[in-house]
Amino acid sequence: MSEVILEVRDLVKHFPIRQGIVFKRTIGQIKAVDGVSLDLHKGETLGIVGESGCGKSTLAKLLMNLEKPTSGEVRYQGRDVLRLSPAEQRKLRRNIQLVMQDPYTSLNPRMTVGDIVGEPFEIHPDAAPKGDRRRKVQELLDVVGLNPEHINRYPHQFSGGQRQRIGIARALALKPEVIVCDEPVSALDVSIQAQVMNLLDQLQTEFNLSYIFIAHDLSVVRHIADRVGVMYLGKMVEVGTDDDIYVRPTHPYTQALLSAVPVPDPTARQRKAVIRLEGDVPSPANPPSGCRFRTRCWKAQEICATETPLLQIRPTSGHPSACHFAQERDVVHAG
Amino acid sequence: MSDIKVKTAPVQGVDGRSGGHLLEVENLHVEFRTRDGVAKVINGVSYHVDAGETLAVLGESGSGKSVTAQTIMGILDTPPGFVTGGSIRFRGKDLLTMGKDERRLVRGEGIAMVFQDALSALNPVFTVGFQIAELFRKRRGMSRADGYKRATELLDLVKIPAAKTRLKDFPHQFSGGMRQRVMIAMALALDPEVLIADEPTTALDVTVQAQIMDLLAEIRRDRNMGMILITHDLGVVADVADRIAVMYAGRIVEQADVHALYGKPCHPYTLALLDSLPRLDLKGQELNTIKGLPPNLLRIPSGCAFHPRCRMAKDICSAERPALVELGGVRASACHFAEELYGRE
Repeated sequence: MSEVILEVRDLVKHFPIRQGIVFKRTIGQIKAVDGVSLDLHKGETLGIVGESGCGKSTLAKLLMNLEKPTSGEVRYQGRDVLRLSPAEQRKLRRNIQLVMQDPYTSLNPRMTVGDIVGEPFEIHPDAAPKGDRRRKVQELLDVVGLNPEHINRYPHQFSGGQRQRIGIARALALKPEVIVCDEPVSALDVSIQAQVMNLLDQLQTEFNLSYIFIAHDLSVVRHIADRVGVMYLGKMVEVGTDDDIYVRPTHPYTQALLSAVPVPDPTARQRKAVIRLEGDVPSPANPPSGCRFRTRCWKAQEICATETPLLQIRPTSGHPSACHFAQERDVVHAG
Repeated sequence: MSDIKVKTAPVQGVDGRSGGHLLEVENLHVEFRTRDGVAKVINGVSYHVDAGETLAVLGESGSGKSVTAQTIMGILDTPPGFVTGGSIRFRGKDLLTMGKDERRLVRGEGIAMVFQDALSALNPVFTVGFQIAELFRKRRGMSRADGYKRATELLDLVKIPAAKTRLKDFPHQFSGGMRQRVMIAMALALDPEVLIADEPTTALDVTVQAQIMDLLAEIRRDRNMGMILITHDLGVVADVADRIAVMYAGRIVEQADVHALYGKPCHPYTLALLDSLPRLDLKGQELNTIKGLPPNLLRIPSGCAFHPRCRMAKDICSAERPALVELGGVRASACHFAEELYGRE
């Protein structure tokens, strides 16, 4: 495998819950991300899946340094991003860019496309000389499949898929090495989704990009990712290659998640092994002790409440799985 | 796509016997009169649903699937929306020509609806119990106490734990999945014969989505209700639908039994839609896409509205609008090349 470009170690983010009007007291912690470690290799796509509230978007913000972590490390090319001086951080940051979920709110409606895509050059003037910027922006628009002549248009004149392309062009402007995509296609229609995913694929080959691809749609992640991490309530519960996760899942949550995905094939109704979870995801303010999934798990025993299972390779699981009773199980999954 | 031949359930002729269906939409036309011009949102939609079956209406945003549902329920915003033609018959009676009061009686008792976004569909300033009990007080003339009693039963029915105490909660105190259950409870309150579910699980996580879809299927079975499921999710449709109507630019482009539709789509749009899904055997390859964008409803392309994006388009497609023609007596497709598509292996 190629070199590791981004390393995350025991990343923790707790948001305080405050009460009181004048004298604010902290009465608890929302444990949004609670000890996540991962490695991103050069040129690969790491998919992160999980339900809402599992901390995947907070993880994206932490990686982008938009949120200060409570503890833990994010190392980019061996250097701890969080301990650099602000000037160094700024320089380093241009190498990690973000594509956001909602193409309707992540673009400033009062700026033209040229200003939006060119804004990174204002912040990092050395990336492109002033007279050259317009041409650069037009190049970028061309790269993401938009008409370069539309440089003076405003975001509302574009459709959802085109707006997402604008967001991607902006992320590409500074020639980053890593792009964090936070639900980049979930707001788009099926026919447009495929277009944007093809574009991301093609850009990866062209610019040798590494992606962290966060999504809740398991079939989308399977298509694009080389490795996949599954998150539940702020913790990574299982990590592996796409086959490890989709064909040989060993964590009960992964299995339940896969079995809940509707398969676009009516003949699968009969052969589908259905695992139905009871209830909702517990509150991250007061997560269950031990294994966080135990309150909804059909395998839970006493040890699950007392001992937190570590994310590790186990005798019954060839890839890291955070379950005391990790066991392969065949689930018909979204193809 | 699997090549296993599945025995399909007997399907009624697509044109249906007139008057024989529980709910029948016929040649419905709706337009929105806006500042920028007239948007023809629905251009001759016909479908029907019978007791005990699930009809899925599939389409992308702007295809008119929700507007059709709103028109059936009589909650279309007028202006800008105007019904310009067609009929909607429930138990043989046309809802569109019915008086206001009579139509009101159909709503809730005859046809009820579950909306996508439960948080904005429920009233934030009243408790859930009050909102459900209100139905019984207004429509059944029950006392407050009896209304609450029935509300508790309903929350039990949709499997909300500790129903009695949760009656006193406000909508924001419920999680997304629980809120959707409240909506379903409310829709079921007056024992409707047809339930319209407009993207009931789009805002929910997959594990919760599975719970809600199971609940809806169970209730439909128990009460022998007809259900119209409006969605854009090809997976959900394959899981629960009996029949499917695919919509594009305000028209039905294909209608078929669920197995037939997935097994052999007979309209280029359906074909392309199924083709553009990420699939296991295509991992690492480029996904098939549908080029271009869904049409602007102010300027619907001439002829077949799909022709600018269609891989099979020929000259005739921009000149002449294909009618929805029957194929083999069990399905229909609105394409000039429908027979060819139907005849292929």
